[in-house]
Amino acid sequence: MVETILEYQELQKNFGGVVAVNKLNMTVDIGSITSIIGPNGAGKTTIFNLTTGFLSPTAGNIKFFGNSINQLKPHNIASLGIARTFQNVQVFDNMSVLENIMVGRHLRSKSGILSSTIIPPFLRKEEKHIKREAEKWLEFIGMADDSQISAGSLPLGKQRMLEIARALAMEPKLILFDEPASGLNARETLAIGELIGKIKESGVTVVLVEHDMELIMDISDIVAVINFGTRIAMGTPAEIQINEDVITAYLGD
Amino acid sequence: MEITNQDFSNLLQYIFMGIQRGSIYALAAMGFNIIYNSTGVINFAQGEFVVYGGLMMVSLTMTMNLPVPVAFFFTVLFVMLIGILMERLTINTVKSPTVLRLVIITIGVSIFLEGIAMVSWGKNSHVLRHFSSSETFEVFGAMILPQTLWIIGILVFIALGFILFFNYTMTGKCMRACSINRDAARLVGINDRKMVMISFALSAGIGAIAGIIITPIIQMDYGRGTMLAIKGFGAAVVGGLGNSVGAIFAGILIGIIEAFGAGYISSHYMDAIALFFMLIVLFVKPSGIFGSSEASKLKEF
Repeated sequence: MVETILEYQELQKNFGGVVAVNKLNMTVDIGSITSIIGPNGAGKTTIFNLTTGFLSPTAGNIKFFGNSINQLKPHNIASLGIARTFQNVQVFDNMSVLENIMVGRHLRSKSGILSSTIIPPFLRKEEKHIKREAEKWLEFIGMADDSQISAGSLPLGKQRMLEIARALAMEPKLILFDEPASGLNARETLAIGELIGKIKESGVTVVLVEHDMELIMDISDIVAVINFGTRIAMGTPAEIQINEDVITAYLGD
Repeated sequence: MEITNQDFSNLLQYIFMGIQRGSIYALAAMGFNIIYNSTGVINFAQGEFVVYGGLMMVSLTMTMNLPVPVAFFFTVLFVMLIGILMERLTINTVKSPTVLRLVIITIGVSIFLEGIAMVSWGKNSHVLRHFSSSETFEVFGAMILPQTLWIIGILVFIALGFILFFNYTMTGKCMRACSINRDAARLVGINDRKMVMISFALSAGIGAIAGIIITPIIQMDYGRGTMLAIKGFGAAVVGGLGNSVGAIFAGILIGIIEAFGAGYISSHYMDAIALFFMLIVLFVKPSGIFGSSEASKLKEF
């Protein structure tokens, strides 16, 4: 049996009277690419916000490697090994591309505030190490030439790549992509798809929320369909494409 | 028109006086900026950090007779501790921290600290020995105190340290990341609350240093915090809120304008002239001389 990395048990989130996530049960297998699809407002982004600790669930449980992470703060969850990208790209605009990734390495640096402040920078091995690692990730996404450019001045496609590299620099075990292809042109979408495949190969589990069906069906191992905050179907892309409930949810009766 | 030697000496004298006062405003403004960048809040207790720096230094050197470097170190440490306590006890405990709420809290803390200072050090002003000699020396006819050189030197030193810290240390980078995009920073595992605490500590430390170096010249009493804070705030705004290089230039500019006002018009109007200048800048370019008008649109204030 395949090991489970992430599990939602009876997960519930209410915003006042609105039920965004309704008794969701779902598991994500380690090493897979699991996609979550559903109509607009189905609760997909809310699920991500719950998983990363930006929201806390009204009821139910989120388990990461069998341990509940409901009550943890975002930075604690990040340190457990869950990374995420946003639907609206969130890079550190006024920092260089390299610095963006270095900040992503922050969790993997051992030195505390005092040692990173008092010891002068040119004597610090760790700083250099972080920089080298950051450069490695830049290479991974194929942006080594852009390292000194201010992140805010990059085109959207590259900003999204950078956001992914920053997430990868944390060396996460699980990475959540929130509509990585939104706003990208066909070629950029293709590149993102290839990159996600490469990430899976490197052993990181991927959970993907996306509207680009071609991309989803192309790269996913498992697809879960959410509507009104509940799971209505789950299976391989081929199974989902012929599922009656899914077709009803998308096209209406 | 002929420029006499006397005129030139006077001009030089005012410039030095202006730089000396301006350095303090610049340091106060940097303190404002550090906290503004990490929380989006103006910390109105910034002036109190300066006052506590000065008064604590007076106690340690004049009463306990510690040597200046030792006293300097412990004073900065002491005020940083006040900054940390302030953040932990008041800012960190707020459930839903809106900007307005936090600003009101800092005003409260400022009044509280001022009261404690009055009870601990009394209402009279305190004298502090100059770091080195208090004999003036002459440069092209202008009389300059060695303390003025200390002030300028320390400002330069801190400005350099500041640049190194925020650009070349991981903690500095994380603080910048937090101020640019807090959600993304939390997501890469940065503890944003801890960054806020560090920013209070740093800001208090810089305030303390400003207080220590200016006290030999202006003397210090418990009530000076407000005026120092207003001028420092002015410098921060004129320089473009959040922009520390801007703050340094604006601080020195305000200091020089003040000194010119005092020298060429009347020392009674010294404060008024400086504040008048700030108003002009705000009318003409509300984002500050060095601020970008686009960025200021996104700010809450």
